[in-house]
Amino acid sequence: MRFLFKTDYEDDIRLFPHSGYVVSYGLLIAVLLIAPYVLSSYLMSQLVFVCIYATVGVALLILTGFTGQASLGHAAFLAIGAYTAAYLQKYNVPFPVYFLAAGLLTGLIGALVGFPALRLQGIYLVIATISFAFIVEEILARWESVTNGNEGMRIKTLSLLGVAVPRDSPIFYFLCLAVLVLTIVGTLNLLRSPTGRAFVAIRDSETAARSMGVNVALYKVKSFAISAAITGFAGVLFAHKLSFISPEMFTLQLSIEFIIVILIGGTFSLHGAVLGAIFIVMLDPFLTYLKDDMPGIIAGLAATFGAGTEAAGNIQSKVAAFASLNGLKGAIYGVIIVLFVLFEPLGLYGRWLKIKLFFQLFPLYKRATFKRQKIYVKSERNR
Amino acid sequence: MLDFVQQLVSGVALGCVYGLIALGFVLVYKATEVVNFAQGDLMMLGGFFAFTFIGMLGLNYWLGFAGAVAAMALFGMLAERVVVRPILGYPQFSIIMATIGLGYFLRSVAGMIWGTDDFKIDTPFSQGVLRIGSLVLAYDKLSVIAATIILCTLLYLFFNKTTLGTAMRASSENMLAAYYMGIPVKRVVSIVWAISAAVATCAGVLLAPITFIHSNVGLVLGLKAFPAAVLGGFGSIPGAVVGGVLIGVIESMAGFYLPEGWKDVAPYIVLLAVLLLKPEGLFGLHVRKKV
Repeated sequence: MRFLFKTDYEDDIRLFPHSGYVVSYGLLIAVLLIAPYVLSSYLMSQLVFVCIYATVGVALLILTGFTGQASLGHAAFLAIGAYTAAYLQKYNVPFPVYFLAAGLLTGLIGALVGFPALRLQGIYLVIATISFAFIVEEILARWESVTNGNEGMRIKTLSLLGVAVPRDSPIFYFLCLAVLVLTIVGTLNLLRSPTGRAFVAIRDSETAARSMGVNVALYKVKSFAISAAITGFAGVLFAHKLSFISPEMFTLQLSIEFIIVILIGGTFSLHGAVLGAIFIVMLDPFLTYLKDDMPGIIAGLAATFGAGTEAAGNIQSKVAAFASLNGLKGAIYGVIIVLFVLFEPLGLYGRWLKIKLFFQLFPLYKRATFKRQKIYVKSERNR
Repeated sequence: MLDFVQQLVSGVALGCVYGLIALGFVLVYKATEVVNFAQGDLMMLGGFFAFTFIGMLGLNYWLGFAGAVAAMALFGMLAERVVVRPILGYPQFSIIMATIGLGYFLRSVAGMIWGTDDFKIDTPFSQGVLRIGSLVLAYDKLSVIAATIILCTLLYLFFNKTTLGTAMRASSENMLAAYYMGIPVKRVVSIVWAISAAVATCAGVLLAPITFIHSNVGLVLGLKAFPAAVLGGFGSIPGAVVGGVLIGVIESMAGFYLPEGWKDVAPYIVLLAVLLLKPEGLFGLHVRKKV
């Protein structure tokens, strides 16, 4: 275990606390850079989705994790980003311009949503963001002159500096990765700055933050705007990756998926957003695997443990029937959410911290280190 | 004018269903400060239970109704025990997520068990219509309105006049203080969940003739019941019903008089407006903190 002795402010806000961080993140980046030349195209495609989901996850983390403002409307921000890109692309606007325009517009709308949200707290805010998302969804479906309504919009191949970048090329992946890395580094810097500290102060106690001179309203709106803008950038990439967008892609379901990303990853750390994104994106290939290969494997196991061929075949068909049940994905989502909330509230990154701490303190590890504080709540109505 | 009244009545009937679901939210919120995002799905499950008892097993309508309510009350207790109790007292975000997860699970499992088709329950009211002059009112809609009034009155009396109701209000104000005063907070919470699941079942069964039951109905109607609960002020029983009726009327009026597309968003626009102007809702308590 390495002890970090912080003797001045510079030590406290250093991006990489010690050289070990540089080495391990450098290795990770190197692996990610050679990935497209090693992995299959299917896995590459999934990796691009991981990048996009992780970007949105980081955006949501700024709002929900660090400022404490829950939002179930991020699919709408993603949609605004995607549609801005699609609309501007029709007029042959170059990529960098519409990329920035999408982010700016989404950020502006985010700020506009942030203003009414100032008066709302907790559950009311969640409901208000859901309403916002519904209204955006309906506008996208009805404003046919711009969004083409329910027929959806086709996105042309991305062209960067005159070079075409197809959505399954390594360069597109690098672009998504760059956006993700920039977002993460930017967020880390944001969190080290006075703005980020104000966010965290607001999350921990609004009253305390206000009495320390933090302009709560201003920072809440800022948080909404920044979060929305990043989601808008991700929306542009999302639109290019899918190459076709329509209003029914940006439903409440997607917003919930984003919340699941940060919930499963852990709502207190940027690592969490990335881990959660990997988890959510990889759930689909896992289900396919469950459907295609799992029955055979289980039947094989049954056969080796002495079941007859007929019994093994029986088991195989039963497992296959179970794995191809219609609502299995939803059920798995539900069970995963409940289990994480109940048993692993710190998420996957929390689990990693626990494992790390266990080895660092080997004989002295206490299970209660990460235990949540349980309090009997007083009514929020009187707060 | 006739159209208007017709729309009004069907809006009120639909609104009563929203109100009944919102009542479930409000009950749970009033007693535990937990917002149950799975309320709509409990309603859907209740509808399916009733369908199983009445449509598949061929029981009498009232017997099936009672059976479904009893089964769902038990189920509500079970859900509370398994999902909610371990995280009671943690931040609201966790509880919201847990109930969203529960809703997902119920929706998918119901889809697996009963399939994804639409189902219909034959009720004693599904045939007849009441004619007043040239106004035609279907009995099933009137039955929803009547049942809502009855249920609402019962619950209001229960909360304000009985010891158990007082205990529930006390434990919502301050759980720890209630516990110290000898109120069995855990049991109170589990009874609240049972009642709210039972109310949801009533909504589900009454709804069956109006919109059919399918596995996603909970999500659709549950999300309409939110504006209803907020409009009335979370935590107010009459507010939930009034909010529900308002939402129902707004929706059916918007569907009739405004261009297509407004029907689905009108409730949410009204909701946002109310949240902006009067965040505590129409009937909500305006409590000022004293330091």
